[in-house]
Amino acid sequence: MTAIAAVALGGLPGPIILVAAAVVLPAMAARVLGRLVRTALLLALPIAISAFLVNLFFFPGATQVLFRIGPIVATVEGFGFALEILIRILAISGAVTLFYLTARPGDLTLDLERRGISPRIAFVINASVQTVPALVERAGQITAAQRARGLDTEGNIWRRVRGIVPIVGPVILGSIAEVEERTMALEARGFTRPGRRTLLWTPADSVRQSIGRWLMLAALVGLIVVRLTGVLG
Amino acid sequence: MIALAGVGYRYAGAAGPALLDIDLELRDGEVVGLAGASEAGKTTLCLVVSGLAPRTVGGQIRGQVTLDGEDVDAWPMHRLSQTIGIGFQNPSTQLSGVTDTVFEEVAFGPMNLALPRVEVVARSWAALDLLRIDALAERDPRRLSGGQQQLVAMAGLLAMRPAHLVLDEPTAQLDPAGTRMVGEAIERLAADGASILIAEQKTDLLASICSRLLVLDGGRVALSGPSAEVLADLELSRLGVAEPSEVRLRRAADAAGANVARLAGAFARD
Repeated sequence: MTAIAAVALGGLPGPIILVAAAVVLPAMAARVLGRLVRTALLLALPIAISAFLVNLFFFPGATQVLFRIGPIVATVEGFGFALEILIRILAISGAVTLFYLTARPGDLTLDLERRGISPRIAFVINASVQTVPALVERAGQITAAQRARGLDTEGNIWRRVRGIVPIVGPVILGSIAEVEERTMALEARGFTRPGRRTLLWTPADSVRQSIGRWLMLAALVGLIVVRLTGVLG
Repeated sequence: MIALAGVGYRYAGAAGPALLDIDLELRDGEVVGLAGASEAGKTTLCLVVSGLAPRTVGGQIRGQVTLDGEDVDAWPMHRLSQTIGIGFQNPSTQLSGVTDTVFEEVAFGPMNLALPRVEVVARSWAALDLLRIDALAERDPRRLSGGQQQLVAMAGLLAMRPAHLVLDEPTAQLDPAGTRMVGEAIERLAADGASILIAEQKTDLLASICSRLLVLDGGRVALSGPSAEVLADLELSRLGVAEPSEVRLRRAADAAGANVARLAGAFARD
């Protein structure tokens, strides 16, 4: 909802206040602000930088020159729009990162199952989220093993690129090789049985939380309606 | 009792059969070992006995597999999995990968069967207790040692309450301590009445827990009988199976003209 609201809100102050209130403050309360900033920036930077530069230098119809680099002209209008785009990208990556840093994948999928989603789809969502840290861990182990055999993964960029190949291969091939055995292990544990399965517990969901969610959804819908109808100009 | 009569199996697209004319009876409360060189057909036989081949793996099977006298050909895998459990050699691939605690991991199978919640909890605790890993219940299964993960995987199978267990090299990736943990667990399960088919390269383990042994060669049964007799057979090395250390020691002592029984007695007196 934060991500959609950031896009729906116009100008700069709105999205900035939204990011502060819906991303930064909750992250501070959950004590994950440092990890949130690092991860969100890592996710957003490639697209944020390119979007910022494109708008700064190539904003259509801009007339006020900010500065020049040879034949390329940065414009005031482009700079303003680039900032708006930047804060929206940061809002989206911040909101997504905050969700993954504060929500346990198991809780998410249990709640989805409780609400009627198929156990198989819930498993796929959960497994997809959990696969990333598992792959990172496996890559770390393989990197350490390859280094022990003399692989150079540091130094200049060319050496680093060459060092990636003997790491990526075993990570991907190893994961693929495990798929068949994992599938059989799941079969052997009744995973393919049709119908619902027993849920041992469901994440706590208080009335207050429920009211909060509905209020936020209503606010989001209201915001979109206002933007689309242009009530506030 | 699981019975295989004249069973042959061919993987999809394979030039030749992986198993030929296998006859096997696995009686309740019995631990039967399966040995053989690589590619001898041990894993394939485990897959066939458990029902995963051809249901999940594909391929063609002939002959008859019966469970307590009933032909299981038409049984779906989720039904069969409540009667026959199968464990593989890689502990990490047997974990669901989506649970945060050992207890949830063990409960994963019973939850899939849509059993009442009380029953799921009772089965999970019973399986953890049986393997003596209840102290691990709150731990993250991904952060356990290989031996502990293998026991958690076995507990997950036991929580399904299968009457029969098939274990395909469950100690292949384990150190001696992990191997001992798994061996002890198998002995406890057998004492509890489960029938177990275990494929293993570690003949010392087979010698200590199995009453009978089959040695496969090229997909056929090459040797079969009481484990002590099979493991002392002179053909064993030719079939690519390492002799257990007791047999090797006895042969070395015989060659040197020593009497093993007398030596053992001397060591015991010291």
